[in-house]
Amino acid sequence: MKIQQLSVFLENKPGQMAGVFDILGSNGVNIITMSTADTEQFGILRIITREWEKAKTVLEEGQFVVNLTPVVAIQVPHKPGGLSSILAIFQKQNINIEYMYAFPCAHTTEAVLIARFEDPDAAIKVVRESENFKALTEEDVFKEKKACEIQS
Amino acid sequence: MTAALDQIAPFHPKSSPDYLPVDQLRQLQLQRLQQIVQHSYDNVPLFRKRMDKRSIAPSDIRTLEDIQLLPFTVKTDLRDEYPLGLLAVPMKDVVRLHASSGTTGKPIVVAYNQQDLGTWAEVMTRTFAACGLHAGDVVQNAYGYGLFTGGLGVHYGIESLGATVVPISGGNTTRQVMLMKDFGTTVICCTPSYFLRIIDKANEMGLDLKDFPIRAGVFGAEPWTDSMRRRIEQLTDIKAFDIYGLSEIIGPGVGCHCSAQEGLHIFEDHFYPEIIDPETCEPLPDGTEGELVLSTLSKQAMPMLRYRTRDITAIYTEECSCGRTIRRIRRIGRRSDDMFIIRGVNVFPSQIETALLNVEGTLPHYQIILTKHNDMDQIEVQVEVTSEHFSDTIGALERLRKKLSAAIAEIIGIRVNLRLVEPHTIQRSEGKAKRVIDKRAEAES
Repeated sequence: MKIQQLSVFLENKPGQMAGVFDILGSNGVNIITMSTADTEQFGILRIITREWEKAKTVLEEGQFVVNLTPVVAIQVPHKPGGLSSILAIFQKQNINIEYMYAFPCAHTTEAVLIARFEDPDAAIKVVRESENFKALTEEDVFKEKKACEIQS
Repeated sequence: MTAALDQIAPFHPKSSPDYLPVDQLRQLQLQRLQQIVQHSYDNVPLFRKRMDKRSIAPSDIRTLEDIQLLPFTVKTDLRDEYPLGLLAVPMKDVVRLHASSGTTGKPIVVAYNQQDLGTWAEVMTRTFAACGLHAGDVVQNAYGYGLFTGGLGVHYGIESLGATVVPISGGNTTRQVMLMKDFGTTVICCTPSYFLRIIDKANEMGLDLKDFPIRAGVFGAEPWTDSMRRRIEQLTDIKAFDIYGLSEIIGPGVGCHCSAQEGLHIFEDHFYPEIIDPETCEPLPDGTEGELVLSTLSKQAMPMLRYRTRDITAIYTEECSCGRTIRRIRRIGRRSDDMFIIRGVNVFPSQIETALLNVEGTLPHYQIILTKHNDMDQIEVQVEVTSEHFSDTIGALERLRKKLSAAIAEIIGIRVNLRLVEPHTIQRSEGKAKRVIDKRAEAES
């Protein structure tokens, strides 16, 4: 149920981010969603893409440090309180979220939450046991989100 | 039994002086010292002038201890006498000239006559024999060929040993890896930092040096640490040997590791070592740390009397398990000239390297940047992130940064600004590693 996220180390200086997307774009890698985390000196770029293997290879050839991180994709209702209700469940079960980001899907009433857990298996179990939420497989995410891909 | 024999390199006849009984060795040294002092006094105006000034005559050298009567020679003497003021033979007898890169001002020029080149090849043969090399080895010489003494010094030593030399010189790292594979190189000679670059390049090419026939590396020309040696051995499954030399004395071939890899034997039948206190210039007994001073006992074209190397070391008092009677010096982890002073504290790059290596998983690609901000010295240590210790969370990277910076602070006693940088952003050396970038003077001007 876990899906692969690409994590890329970046120095915090102009042009670093552009370098990554240049490489991905020219290699025909489409990005489903992404987020960045930054400090004064460096940042981490997190990317979800169907072509993660190819993306990792081309970025490494471009001399970036890239790691694969297992994250959990959860389908949540795209409406006020949708996110809050899943977070309440995690809180109740004492499950810690390292970081998360989300994207809505056009033409549906659903959104997808991408979350990194200390213990992803425990998180998946909780989601499965819940009524309103669904943990998505890699295939689900890539199939469902075909309509809402961001052009890189 | 065969396994034990395999570990012992075949004895090379040129190595005989390594094993001279100590009293014979001292006798030989005294005899050569007396000759070289006479030769220097007769032919080098600077040496004669300095000895006259102290009222020392060559005949005053009656014992080896009398060497302490002689004045020191320093690097600036070679600059001041540029190009050939220290020559002790007629120019027509000089068969080779070398020069240092001369990081500041004029280069340092050194000269050799035919006999000197013979001595040089001899000490290099003894160096390689001590590192276990023999005929049949394919030795890739990645020291720079040219004015730098490293390339040619090593070259003639390999030939004289009877091994195969591949005179590839420095640089073109892809080709280094290719030839290493295709020629079945068994031994590499280069600076340790360049070898790390070669390891990197091989990895980039999808190759692992552990799969290559290479079994030894003979590394020198820059200070490095024991932890770096172990790291190289671990990454490549080779034996990494340290060699010591400096152009002013002869080039490479002044001293070397042996199979014990514990200290460097000085070929003291040609190069007489002393240790002095760098502040007071007082001689120090064996076993005490201080600056190494060397006198050439046989070099004809440009003899050097009591040359201050600026290298900090100590002479071992114990005999070496390899059986050599020539004395050993502790490996030179630092030179007094790569030392920098930050907020009044003396810091050596090798100390920072040790700290980085102590933190697990950090490859030693680093650089030290010194700047001034509001009249305060600032030190930044840049360390390249590798996928080994990269994490997708800010927290983990911050912890790594703090761990590295704490390890450095613990050793050098001052806090540094530690910056994680992307791989391959620190310039790789094709020769000597530039570890310290000092921008403090820039800021002032």
